Amino acid sequence: MENIEKILKSLNLTVEEYNRIVKNLGREPNITELWIFSAMWSEHCSYKSSKIYLRRMPSSGKDVIIGPGENAGVVSIGDGLAVVFKMESHNHPSFIEPYNGAATGVGGILRDIFTMGARPVAILDSLRFGEPYSDKMRYLIDGVVAGISGYGNCMGIPTVGGEIYFDETYENNILVNAMAVGIASVDKIFLAKASGVGNPVFYVGSKTGRDGIHGATMASASFTEATAELKPTVQVGDPFMEKLLMEACLELMQGNHIVAIQDMGAAGLTSSSVEMAAKGALGIELDLEKVPKREEGMLPYEIMLSESQERMLLVARKGHEKAVERVFKKWGLDVSLIGRLVEQKELIVKTNDQVHAKLPLDLLVDKAPVYTRDARMPAYIRDATVKASEQIPHPENYKGLLLKILSSPTISNKSWVYEQYDHSVGTDTIIKPGADASIVRIKGTSKGIALTTDGNSRYTYLSPYTGAQIAVCEAGRNIACVGAKPLAITDCLNFGNPENPEVMWQFIESINGITSACLAMNIPVVSGNVSFYNETEGRSIYPTPVIGMVGLIEDVRTRITPDFKDDGDTIILLGETLDECGGSEYLKLVTGKIYGKPPNVSPDTEKRLIELLLAMNKLHIIKSASDCSEGGLGVTLSQCAIAGDKGARINIKWKYRPDIELFSESQHRIVLTSSHKYTNKIKQMAKAYNIPFTVIGIVGGRYLTIDDILNVSVDELKAAYNKGL
Amino acid sequence: MSKIKAGVVVFPGTNCDRDTHYALKLSGFDVDYVWYEKKTLKGYQLIIIPGGFSYGDYLRAGALARFSPVMDALKQYIDNRGLVLGICNGFQILLEARLLPGAMLKNNTLKFICKDVYIKVERNDTPFTFLYKRGDIIKLPIAHAEGNYYATKQVLDTVEEHNQIVFRYVDKSGNPTIEANPNGSINNIAGICSLDGNILAMMPHPERASEPILGSDDGKKIFLSIKKALG
Repeated sequence: MENIEKILKSLNLTVEEYNRIVKNLGREPNITELWIFSAMWSEHCSYKSSKIYLRRMPSSGKDVIIGPGENAGVVSIGDGLAVVFKMESHNHPSFIEPYNGAATGVGGILRDIFTMGARPVAILDSLRFGEPYSDKMRYLIDGVVAGISGYGNCMGIPTVGGEIYFDETYENNILVNAMAVGIASVDKIFLAKASGVGNPVFYVGSKTGRDGIHGATMASASFTEATAELKPTVQVGDPFMEKLLMEACLELMQGNHIVAIQDMGAAGLTSSSVEMAAKGALGIELDLEKVPKREEGMLPYEIMLSESQERMLLVARKGHEKAVERVFKKWGLDVSLIGRLVEQKELIVKTNDQVHAKLPLDLLVDKAPVYTRDARMPAYIRDATVKASEQIPHPENYKGLLLKILSSPTISNKSWVYEQYDHSVGTDTIIKPGADASIVRIKGTSKGIALTTDGNSRYTYLSPYTGAQIAVCEAGRNIACVGAKPLAITDCLNFGNPENPEVMWQFIESINGITSACLAMNIPVVSGNVSFYNETEGRSIYPTPVIGMVGLIEDVRTRITPDFKDDGDTIILLGETLDECGGSEYLKLVTGKIYGKPPNVSPDTEKRLIELLLAMNKLHIIKSASDCSEGGLGVTLSQCAIAGDKGARINIKWKYRPDIELFSESQHRIVLTSSHKYTNKIKQMAKAYNIPFTVIGIVGGRYLTIDDILNVSVDELKAAYNKGL
Repeated sequence: MSKIKAGVVVFPGTNCDRDTHYALKLSGFDVDYVWYEKKTLKGYQLIIIPGGFSYGDYLRAGALARFSPVMDALKQYIDNRGLVLGICNGFQILLEARLLPGAMLKNNTLKFICKDVYIKVERNDTPFTFLYKRGDIIKLPIAHAEGNYYATKQVLDTVEEHNQIVFRYVDKSGNPTIEANPNGSINNIAGICSLDGNILAMMPHPERASEPILGSDDGKKIFLSIKKALG
């Protein structure tokens, strides 16, 4: 091949990787084969920089049915049912073309769920943008939100939660992480593991076009100014087609026709065929002539690498061909028999009798390169140990300060966003967006699943280990605050360039943080996704591991919401407020900077706090609960007041400066309310669980009054909270 | 007493069929899904065209669905004085099929809106609403991008004159204010009926407010009214 180095560069393969291919093949690959390698060996498909670390995370547990490695994780919730879920990033495409980037992100993660035989019941989105003031950023925000809304709403799957943070670090590299959750029968789970030599391979769904060719490779490279030119590589979403595909797949899955099924996501036909065959230790032969195409004259590599959306590859049982065709035709979809399973463990790509590629599967999958990249602690970490509060000026006006924090983009009301998402379709959303976590009930049972996503990248920047632990703890706390028990997590690990040793260090530390927190709290990681190369012009984003957690509530009637309920109820703070303003919203607001030591975290304490809350809830003595996170106690009290449209009188025995106590972001704290008669009971229980207990006030009136430093009406709180975005 | 037979029409892209089916069952109906290629609706006492994005609604909401085979069957069914309830996309389809007057524009916010709204029951003398009191203010969710009902002055005058407006968007106290109107619909119209009162079309979703656990069961009376009217 001429100009091999130039070709390799354009395919994002190194010379060493090329030599590895030649050596193992015993020959030079042809151009189709080289493209197939570039996709299968891309960071996105092979996890070559992250693989060895991801294995550290605990992935088993008594309820885990399927852990990492399949399309999504599967966890039993009893009654013969399982929850199926995963989170995935679509960062690069969304920055280039926000509407379709975000839309196809949702489409892709939904396919991962129904591929496994689960009907999707919820979508969550974890979004990170730059400060929302420039035209460009408003365009990105509007586009991403519209894209998620356009896709999820049309599919009829409620978008029930998520989070949005705004920070300068995402100015040139926004993050769009989508999580999808489905419910399946335990005995009707479908896998991507092929079996049965001679079984037919069907292509179903949309036709193949040139869109998205090399998306997996794009996702595995950094951004430059030339990135805008990549716009044509962003796929275009067609939620209507996906809705039909979903209904057709779920209908076909009612029968005994499917052996294995896999959606065509990153690297399209290539990765779906290779993964299914490799998992079943078989080979696969494809005839490209039979692939439904949208365009004339597509080259073999274009067909193999296209990332056209809304397509599936499935292996059917021999003799069931007619059943497969009937169901997909009923739904008006293309269905084409494009190949079969073979004994020889190879990928064979042909057009009629002409062979385009013949590659050993183990070389594409098991023998793909795995890297132990250099890691080095960045110098800034040493400076991130200072106590931040010392540099915060004494505030003059507490009321103004609280209102200012409430109206900051990250803290403020996100209804502008979630009102664009259909969150009530399905008639199962019984805790809507805006609470600590959302709950989706499961019809025909008394149960529900609680859902949240969490990840504060300011903390993970200042200390990746601590920050990652906090993300797990906060997710667990949010789940508990609605009355559910944490079940399992999925994670989406968004990082910079792994070839930069400092980024690699952040990555490893974060993995270790998640691992230790999950071990301590006994919560397995059942699925996830790594997104590297979130870097533009050499500047990496803050390390941003996002945790998506699913919890189980046995009886949805016992769910808890954050709103203050009745006048006269006692307000209790569980946990302890310390002088911990490092990386806080308050610090950023008054100094414009992100520095200092992030809050201390102890997963053991979190576990006890969660158990305490759930034990109290069993006795039906809690009226409301909400955790303290960004913006601290001051923000939590305001949110509970706004949600309940009720004021409160707060009396705190100050240990520190009032502003620090109100806005410190100490972990392991929950504000709850209860009828006065249960105060002693709660106190005793908190003591038994070794969790600090303080009565801090009483619900009532139209004002939030905090000692003699602050008196603000609920309407003023609402106005400030609603004006942020 | 035998149960009332209801059909929930499923077009490609319909996505509230299962919710509507569930709500009808809760209210004691015998429910079938009716595939869009069906050529007769004989035997049904109620047909519901549920919400969703029929054919993706890429052109105009409901614009393609009206050409489906089931729509011819629906016209016949209507001629035989069968009851039809169109919800959200169902409203849009009934307008596109010219079975009700007026048209639907994009929301004046230009965005999809999903939230609870208050509507006022303007008429309780229809088979769909007679368990409400006239003037009742009920809370139902909306979820649509094209719910901005529009009619020319002439058409609107006839609609008002014939008392075809069944629901209007109002505030908590029942006033049809601009602030209470989520999508810009003319005269705050949220639901209208046919001249004979046998077709009701509405943007808010009663099936999403049929149980207290969903935050409101104000919508259930629509299904119960139908049941009583037919039973």
